[in-house]
Amino acid sequence: MTLLIKHAKIVNGSNAGGELSGLKDILIENGKITRISQGLANDDAQVIDAAGKTVMPGFIDLHVHLREPGREDKETIESGSRAAVKGGFTSIFAMPNTKPTIDTAQVVQFVFDQAKKVGLTNVYPVGAITKNREGGQLTEMMELKRAGCLAVTDDGNTLMNAGLMRRAMDYARMAGLLVMQHCQDPNLTASGVMNEGAVSTKLGLKGDPTVAETVIVARDIELAHYLKTPVHFMHMSAARSVDLIRHAKKQGIPVTAEVMPHHFALTEDAVRGFDTSTKMSPPLRTAADVAAIKAGLKDGTIDCIATDHAPHTHEDKEVDFDAAPPGLIGLETAFGLVMKELVAPGVLTLVQAVDKMSAAPARIVGLSQKGVIAEGRDADIVIVDLEKEWVVRREDFVSKSKNSPFVGWTLKGHVVKTICGGKVVYAA
Amino acid sequence: MTMAQWTHKHLLDLDDVSRDEIELIIETARSFKEVSSREVKKVPALRGKTVVLLFFEPSTRTRVSFELAAKRLSADTLSIAANVSSVTKGETVLDTALNIEAMNVDAMVVRHQASGVPQILAKGTKTVIINAGDGCRAHPTQALLDVFTMVDKIGPLDGKKVTIIGDILHSRVARSNIGALITMGAHVTVCGPGTLIPLGMEQYGVEVTTSIDRALDGADVVMALRMQKERQQELYLPSMTEYIKEFCITSERLKKAKPHALVMHPGPMNRGVEIAANVADGAQSVILEQVTNGIAVRMAVLYLLLSRKTE
Amino acid sequence: MSPISKIMDPDQVRRAVTRIAHEILERNKGIEDVCLVGIRTRGVVLAQRLKEAIEEIEKKPIAIGILDINLYRDDLTLIAHQPVVRATQIDFDITDKTVVLVDDVLFTGRTIRAALAALIDLGRPSCIQLAVLVDRGHRELPIRADFVGKNVPTARTQEVRVKLLENDGVSDEVLIEEGR
Repeated sequence: MTLLIKHAKIVNGSNAGGELSGLKDILIENGKITRISQGLANDDAQVIDAAGKTVMPGFIDLHVHLREPGREDKETIESGSRAAVKGGFTSIFAMPNTKPTIDTAQVVQFVFDQAKKVGLTNVYPVGAITKNREGGQLTEMMELKRAGCLAVTDDGNTLMNAGLMRRAMDYARMAGLLVMQHCQDPNLTASGVMNEGAVSTKLGLKGDPTVAETVIVARDIELAHYLKTPVHFMHMSAARSVDLIRHAKKQGIPVTAEVMPHHFALTEDAVRGFDTSTKMSPPLRTAADVAAIKAGLKDGTIDCIATDHAPHTHEDKEVDFDAAPPGLIGLETAFGLVMKELVAPGVLTLVQAVDKMSAAPARIVGLSQKGVIAEGRDADIVIVDLEKEWVVRREDFVSKSKNSPFVGWTLKGHVVKTICGGKVVYAA
Repeated sequence: MTMAQWTHKHLLDLDDVSRDEIELIIETARSFKEVSSREVKKVPALRGKTVVLLFFEPSTRTRVSFELAAKRLSADTLSIAANVSSVTKGETVLDTALNIEAMNVDAMVVRHQASGVPQILAKGTKTVIINAGDGCRAHPTQALLDVFTMVDKIGPLDGKKVTIIGDILHSRVARSNIGALITMGAHVTVCGPGTLIPLGMEQYGVEVTTSIDRALDGADVVMALRMQKERQQELYLPSMTEYIKEFCITSERLKKAKPHALVMHPGPMNRGVEIAANVADGAQSVILEQVTNGIAVRMAVLYLLLSRKTE
Repeated sequence: MSPISKIMDPDQVRRAVTRIAHEILERNKGIEDVCLVGIRTRGVVLAQRLKEAIEEIEKKPIAIGILDINLYRDDLTLIAHQPVVRATQIDFDITDKTVVLVDDVLFTGRTIRAALAALIDLGRPSCIQLAVLVDRGHRELPIRADFVGKNVPTARTQEVRVKLLENDGVSDEVLIEEGR
């Protein structure tokens, strides 16, 4: 299959060449970008006119919950893939908290097989660090690596035992796997359901303090330093975490970090209406934390943006705030929120934003063929209309679940086409 | 004197209830107190109305108080002790409420162990919702009856020092009282062990202290909160013995308050834990009067919410 | 402005109250076991004036109470302005007493029906009589007054306004106003 994108204004990430001058044509053959030039023609190619649009590397989300196997009522690899490509994501990393847990080569293979059958987006299963994510015995990481895993995490649970975390890092380094840490000390989180502070005090909801996150960030920075081994911090939410990571990076400690759109688009005030789609883990924080996250994105402390796409059924979420499971869906709104909250107000330039959503995550997990539009690379591409305004509507979500606090928001910046592996997988 | 008009459809908390409106409730409650003192303790104001008491969390006092209040206004009442486990089995709180609403009821008095449930029901149903206590968040009628009792005994609360002592962290009574008392012009001090005072309390205009002497000093009203024994197992307290030593309101400690300071407790009391028996039964105690006033205040709330012209 | 006509001035109100006082005494042959109950708000003022007039004549005290009928109204959920409930203050037992209910204007009779219901909840009077300053007709219930200051034929659409010094801060008057 051959594709020819005409009149493309190409925007790569800031660390991957940035915005290319002029309008270019992109020739795609056998899933690869073969030529980028002006005035290209190919009689066999399906032609896509990108005039007036912006062409970017397909987005890469290091943090997605696809729920399959186990909770196919919430999401499946198919519905999650459809949500991904609608949001412009051509690679998504599936968290291991499924039933069964992604902790053996068989489950890894199952996810790869399902994703291949669906054939919309690249799905990378992330293995668990410990069996069943229980914080006990390590998983067979060499086998997970051979099955195709790039990273491991016990996401949803923090690896609390520092000694075990050390072993996990040592072992994962040997296996060539990135350790990704969910940072919430459960003893401090207790049964908190929102950020601890004046608002939780007012609402009478149990508070989850920022220090539950920062103590783990601080500890793992020390481990990364001591072991000279990378750690990736998932869904950073607290201002102090950003400070700690900034300091660590200055000292050359190999840590990386991601943030989620909801942690820079919303504050804890959103919880006041007791809408359970505002309950997530880690929780929405204060305006000061939001400002720190934005500053961290701007100065490079925060490497990338992921979604923590966490689908839950209406039945699961339509309960009281304490009983509701944490999480919100994010794949379909991420780009619009990045544009609205970061690019439009000038926190990030467009090329910086593109970097956080494509080149940077590719770099973190070592996807060398992805995250940039360049000759010879994988043809994972998203075409967006930066000017188009759209309203987030519940009925428009293609995800099986609809738990989004952004319903009703007007966003600017809309995914027009998604191309994955040289194939058009989504067209608005 | 023209009184304010009641404008709220529901009573979920006291956040948007003005001083004028609290005064209207107090004034109305005064009239209802007279009704409760009659031989025939019943007026026909809410004849034909149905009030459902939907209690997801067991409570005897509040339920009985609401039930008597509704009955004395001639409303029909129906008490439902909703089984919490049925909620986890699939029927959501909202489902339960919608089912009851379908039977054409006029108001639901709701008690739930999770904060925010009354809001969820107010948003999801068309029925008048009256919060009878949600999680640690709000217990508006308790605060109203406390304010009524205070005003009744010591007059306007402007500049009065009201001290609330005990487990502030888990107390919806404390939270609702703080809001109402500040609206009424009182100075509020909260006092308890450091582990049981929530973060950010000062931002709501409250003085926070862990010193009971400081809290009691010159107080016009002293309110003790129930200290649940589970707090020890939950590791908030080293022991009940130490709590009693440090925070129990004894007659000796009470001397630091104003000579005729009121002693209050929302019940049920743990005598000898948060309050000494002789203080609970002493001359300064208005604890039983709070219970009496509770019915009058709940009658006032039901009357104001249910006898309004509806669209 | 709607046209307004004055039908009673302070002297006429005073004479009407004095006459009613005499009629009450005559009908009940004195004030033994008779008490006055004014309906909030202007009925309370009139009851107080009747009490003073009767005591002036009899040189004996007569018991007086205040009745708030709002909780007994049949139109609570129909009226736009929710009435403020005030206390009923009847500090004596009305059982076996002759209760003279006092109000300013008798119109549809619904207020009096509510007052009768309220009184009966408080005890079992041997007899209830009704005294009003103005009877304007248009009854909707089988109710009549025992003592009337002035019968005023009115149109259904007209409004009768009573102002009394103690309550309204202006000298007594009764006005008829054209309704809109």
